[in-house]
Amino acid sequence: MTATGAAQHRVAALTAMGASLIVTFGLALTLGSVLIPLDQVATVLVGGEADRDAWETIVLDIRLPRAITAALAGAALGVAGLQMQTLFRNPLADPFTLGITSGASLGVALLTLAGAGAAGAFASGLGLGAAVGVTAAAGLGAAAVVSLVLVLAGRVRNTVTVLVVGLMVGFTTGSIVSLLIWFADPERISAFVRWGFGTFRTTTWDELRIFTPVVVVALVATALSAKVLNALLLGERYAETMGVRIRRARVGVVITASALAGTVTAFAGPIGFLGIAVPHLARALLDTNDHRVLVPASVLLGASVALLAEIVAQVPGNDVTLPINAITALIGAPVVVVVLLRASPRSFA
Amino acid sequence: MSHALDHDRARPDAAVLATTGLAVGYRRRRATTRVLGSGPLALAPGQVAVLLGPNGAGKSTLLRTLAGSQVPLDGQVVLGGDPLDHLSLHEIAIRRSVVLTDYPDVGMLRARDLVGLGRYPHTGWGGRLTDHDHGVVEESLAAAGAEHLADRSVDRLSDGERQRVMIARALAQEPRLLLLDEPTAFLDIGARFELMGLLRQLADDGLAVVLATHELELALAHADLVWLIDGRRQLIATTPVAAVTGGHIADVFGPKAAELAHRSLAHR
Repeated sequence: MTATGAAQHRVAALTAMGASLIVTFGLALTLGSVLIPLDQVATVLVGGEADRDAWETIVLDIRLPRAITAALAGAALGVAGLQMQTLFRNPLADPFTLGITSGASLGVALLTLAGAGAAGAFASGLGLGAAVGVTAAAGLGAAAVVSLVLVLAGRVRNTVTVLVVGLMVGFTTGSIVSLLIWFADPERISAFVRWGFGTFRTTTWDELRIFTPVVVVALVATALSAKVLNALLLGERYAETMGVRIRRARVGVVITASALAGTVTAFAGPIGFLGIAVPHLARALLDTNDHRVLVPASVLLGASVALLAEIVAQVPGNDVTLPINAITALIGAPVVVVVLLRASPRSFA
Repeated sequence: MSHALDHDRARPDAAVLATTGLAVGYRRRRATTRVLGSGPLALAPGQVAVLLGPNGAGKSTLLRTLAGSQVPLDGQVVLGGDPLDHLSLHEIAIRRSVVLTDYPDVGMLRARDLVGLGRYPHTGWGGRLTDHDHGVVEESLAAAGAEHLADRSVDRLSDGERQRVMIARALAQEPRLLLLDEPTAFLDIGARFELMGLLRQLADDGLAVVLATHELELALAHADLVWLIDGRRQLIATTPVAAVTGGHIADVFGPKAAELAHRSLAHR
């Protein structure tokens, strides 16, 4: 491909991704247990009155926060996954490689399985107080693990050490969670398991007031660090010879990626698959490893894929809903395999 | 590159690289491992120094120390007139560049974009290349004999082609000193000759070049200076002719190697 051909291809691909985000966002507001016509959705969004009162409530209080949550979560996980894959130069790295999910699940497990009053409220149905408690517990657990990893990331010479410690922390917290489950009563276990399925549906407007700015700031910070991420493509040793302060860069990447993945996990539970798959899709579709293109592409693709998965999980026209975590991988994994197989043979990193 | 030449006219006496009382090795908590010691070294623009020595003698450790990636145990490295420990990573990055032995797996990237990464220390926070930067990238590709590879994806290049692209990337940093660690390691014999010829050409155009290598004959035929690590972990700074006639090559690599070295001097 010539230089201008490649540039045109990138613009076209990014435009298509932007269009797919608009389409999936529109569909997420239209489709659900009841189908609300697109013009009615538009009327509600601009502040007009829909033909039926219920539609206003459904669109403004249920579907809009849900769609925004899905879009932000997808964008956040896609970009965090991209950062991790570049930092570790490993195609299998994802936002949770550093043990963020493990930390969050430990926090939630301590609350729901071992906790006293709050856990009772949680088990008796997802009251507001319990939901806030879970969000806080997940956030704190994730933050604890990330702090540990950060202290390390600033000290050790080799990034692989950080990766191994992240994995070990994951195993350790996993075994503590197992022990908590072993001794917990079944009712509480089911509440914990439900958290593990992940959901975009419980995020409220109030929560979005925290969720949105954190994600947007971390996404902007990542976009601004595209130059460093590109240098890291050459590996840390080369990056350092070009003037990259490796430890500072590493800490910066870990902080932004953790803020993205940790916030998503706190509000929506552990959402798997998107973080590992979206960067691969972005690379394959754009045919480049340039982060100045990959970061915006991962935002657009991540948001679109998350919205699409949420639409499918809603099983439109039906009262049945499915767990989002099952859907993302079920429809996503085959797509990623096909795209990767069709792309160049060495596109995996 | 013209930039480097202008610089030298301004300071004709400044060696690009100089060391005094250098001892290199590793310092870990209490234990200190001394790998190598050396008398004073000096390298001027236009010169090629080859770093020779047996496996494990400390060639890479010395190169890393000269590159500023590692702090010496003792002594000083002076880069373009200033001691390394007085320079920031950025200031070091615009004075010297490095080609490592291992090729990093960068995945899908056009050769031109990879060479563009070499502009890192010269670009703003966004990493956007200006017209001037693009010009330097094209010059670097041409200087490394890689202009025909510019639009190809680097993951589909041969080892020899890739090494040219990595050298072009190093040149795009606009260094006055180029350090290479076994740049011919994965190349076939034809590509090895071409690469040594390329490094000689770059030096003739004003760059200072240091390369660690096992290519005794090629090195002796093309180098101006020989930095030879002997069996007592001491660096001997000499010339190709003196290294052979003084018996240093025979001491370090044995009589067969010395015979080979003798013949290669004839190609100079």
